Amino acid sequence: MATPNVIIDPVTRIEGHLRIQAYAIPDGKGGGTIKDPGLSASTMVRGVEQILKGRDPRDAWAFTQRICGVCTVVHGLTSVRAVENAIGIKVSKNADYIRNMMIGAQYVHDHVMHFYHLHALDWVDVVSALKAIPANTASLSAKNNPNYKPNNGKLPDAIYFQNVLDRLNGLVNRGQLGLFANGYWGHSAYKLSPEENLLLVSHYLEALGWAREVVKLHTIFGGKDPHPNLVVGGMPCTLSSNTGPVSEDKGGTSLNTAGLAIIKKSVDTMKTFVDQVYLPDVVLVATKYKEWADYGATEGNFLCFGEFPDPALVKKEFVDGAIDYPAGYVFPPGVIWANNLNGLFPFDESKVTENVAHAWYSGSDAGAHPSVGSTVLNYTGPAPDSASYMLDESKRYSWIKSPRYNGQPMEVGPLAHILMMHARNTLDTDKQVRTGVAQYWTGALKLGFDQLNSTLGRIFCRMLETKIIADQMANWYQRYEANKAGAYWNPNTFTRLTQPKSWPKSVGFGFTEAPRGALGHWVKINPTTYMIDNYQCIVASQWNAGPRDAKGIEGPYEHALVGHVLADVKKPLEVLRTIHSFDPCIGCAVHIVDSEGQPLVQVEVNHSYRSLS
Amino acid sequence: MNKDLDLPERSKAPVNLAEDTILDEATVSRLLELGISRRGFLSFCTGMASLMVLPQAMIPKLAAAATAPTKPSVVYMSFQECTGCLESLVNSFAFRGGTTIDNLILNMISLDYQETLMAAAGYQAEDLLKTVTSKPGYVLVVDGSIPAKWDSGYFVSGGRSGVARFRDAAKNAGLIIAVGTCASFGGLPKADPNPTGAVSISELMASLGIRKPLINVPGCPPIPEVITGVILYYLASGMPSLDSLYRPTMFYEKTVHDECYREESFEDGPFALTFDDANARKGGCLFKLGCKGPATHNACSTIKWNQGTSFPMMSGHGCIGCAEPDFWDRINLNGKKGFYVQLAHGGDDD
Repeated sequence: MATPNVIIDPVTRIEGHLRIQAYAIPDGKGGGTIKDPGLSASTMVRGVEQILKGRDPRDAWAFTQRICGVCTVVHGLTSVRAVENAIGIKVSKNADYIRNMMIGAQYVHDHVMHFYHLHALDWVDVVSALKAIPANTASLSAKNNPNYKPNNGKLPDAIYFQNVLDRLNGLVNRGQLGLFANGYWGHSAYKLSPEENLLLVSHYLEALGWAREVVKLHTIFGGKDPHPNLVVGGMPCTLSSNTGPVSEDKGGTSLNTAGLAIIKKSVDTMKTFVDQVYLPDVVLVATKYKEWADYGATEGNFLCFGEFPDPALVKKEFVDGAIDYPAGYVFPPGVIWANNLNGLFPFDESKVTENVAHAWYSGSDAGAHPSVGSTVLNYTGPAPDSASYMLDESKRYSWIKSPRYNGQPMEVGPLAHILMMHARNTLDTDKQVRTGVAQYWTGALKLGFDQLNSTLGRIFCRMLETKIIADQMANWYQRYEANKAGAYWNPNTFTRLTQPKSWPKSVGFGFTEAPRGALGHWVKINPTTYMIDNYQCIVASQWNAGPRDAKGIEGPYEHALVGHVLADVKKPLEVLRTIHSFDPCIGCAVHIVDSEGQPLVQVEVNHSYRSLS
Repeated sequence: MNKDLDLPERSKAPVNLAEDTILDEATVSRLLELGISRRGFLSFCTGMASLMVLPQAMIPKLAAAATAPTKPSVVYMSFQECTGCLESLVNSFAFRGGTTIDNLILNMISLDYQETLMAAAGYQAEDLLKTVTSKPGYVLVVDGSIPAKWDSGYFVSGGRSGVARFRDAAKNAGLIIAVGTCASFGGLPKADPNPTGAVSISELMASLGIRKPLINVPGCPPIPEVITGVILYYLASGMPSLDSLYRPTMFYEKTVHDECYREESFEDGPFALTFDDANARKGGCLFKLGCKGPATHNACSTIKWNQGTSFPMMSGHGCIGCAEPDFWDRINLNGKKGFYVQLAHGGDDD
């Protein structure tokens, strides 16, 4: 292949460290077309799993949580579920309601911030916004966001937008553009009007203030955010014996009258912003960028581990407050093959493999199940700090391993979630997917259903699942509130950890559907020391951002860039649009180290019962 | 008082909202340009000054720093990190004008390089980094540890090693702030067995012979008001007083145990013995469940988290000690590591 002429390193507005290389066949006018897959490479590694060896399994959640401060709840919780699964501990209803709310809050917070703070500037030209007429922006706002009243309870008027404009002009006049400096402003691919740009910049700023309010739900339940506290066996928080404020005299906990009100307010604030701002803004952007439903498709294989056990489906309550579910998750576990979007196949955990043929690890090139994987850090890439630094897709080129399902690369994340729900079509939330797609995607936007597999489809599905979860939050809160005096923690947990004969299996598997997709942790606990023998994670962004496998089949990012037409190869805005549509979380994707390579035994998983074994 | 700030009891005394605090006219008019009233601003300053235990005389200096016509440049670089520190910092931003003025940190500084938020990417980002680091005097904020061996390949960005990126960015910096426990002390990447040979910023500075003022702001992540407070203090008044670990004493002098409302039951009981027991619901001390509060220097129990909403012990989990060096490997009672293992000693710090 020719020397790559499209290089983005660092890819910014993501979590972590990512490099994209591609070759665009020049069009003679500074632009070009990407005909063959380039490469997606992560260039940072920490070795979290190696650090976990020999540690107390009760502590693992805190380590894995630090895999990512953006996905702060899900890595901790997946670890907690893996240990619960290994030792056969069931958790109480309250623990599951609270976990649903914490994961749900993370989805809503993450997805809204992704749209405005990580992705919007690929579609919104901040410099163009400077030309907006404030009065016209106010009219647009009244039409696009008729229920959104950030202006002291009133619709934003011309003065309101003039104020936003003044702030932007202040940056320009000072010559200090700060975070907005050196963007691809004025690029021919930007299509919004100045007023549309100003409206979205205004929402960009307001979403920052919104975000810090909604994370307070994590703070009440987990004591802080990012990195709220969790515990194996339930939740560490518990109802306060004192309904008033905590004090030295009266004691108490965060779950008092004021704390419960904060949770309720967070839940309400989430829903309001999603309904009034995020949803209509995504539809506005989609209307102006419809052609992006023709770019960015992956191979059409989708995977979902399943998430949000549905409290309405509780089948059995145990005396200790624990519960069992039937196989009822808002996002169903499942697999969709080759763009057959109505065919939902069951997910079989034993078909997951990891491949290191193009990653900087030593070990066999043959794909191995995570329970028997063996890997050692082995950097064979070019020396840094040289002007000729370049990665080569025929060699090893990333710290991300390539996960495969039944030997195939899979896309995970919001698009997969929406397609699974659409295909299942049984729960009310599944019907909500059908309604949303019919109203906006195939309705207002007049796009084909199969075009959801695209850059624009990913953005749309992320918004639609946010809407569905934001609606569910009130449901989970209500059920929790009614049961708040019930149990939060299973008191057998810590003793069970030292009774290996009671463990149902030697390897625990925990899974979560993170905002970016399927996330699984595997833990093997030593029956003599009760410490961790081995720990493995396969993470959402790993599925999407991984390199080629031994057969040379590229990962979803790499595949999705083929066919992109760039107006200016020096300003590859089009490439950023598609990469950002996946919401890369590269700190998550890179973490795998297992220096000993001790085989784990086969994991048995019953998906109906998650960690409730 | 700024309602958004839940002010610590101990620091209310020295500072009062002073109507007669003198702000010069230029400062007041620049505040108005930012959409902030004089009264609102004074209340913000009083809040910040209280957090930092500052004398009232500091308020005009804070005001002048916060409204300077040219904003001090802040360059924020990330290495072996998880983005939790930035997430935390973002929680201190609020852009709605009106009564909330905590947005001053963004009006006050020019955040000229920050990979997670900046518009520029790739070549344009690298070009920007060169430009902003060519003018001496900026504040360099760093999160994450850095692999000590430049050619290990464990950290490369824009084709350059972590060591080279840091060394070049440090060259013209007026101050370096290591934000988070990874940058301050090595943190998670450095936890045993430190697979990537990660070091803290102070260790890397020593090995590269970089002599620059350094402030460590540890915590996993740090409390947002502590990050912004340190920056604000530096801009207003230069280096704050630091302890032997380069931590600002204004935030890290006391342990989280010292100011914890559960401290009383540490003296007299009852202790929570398991999660969710009757004593846990009463707010009993979590020491026997492994709380590391007595050995952890931070302001969680005073400033609290997310605008004073809660903090770990208030939400029922012991402190894991995340602001201390090597907290992942702390040895507790009976020589054991672990967040649920009781501290080896009953109190105070080590």
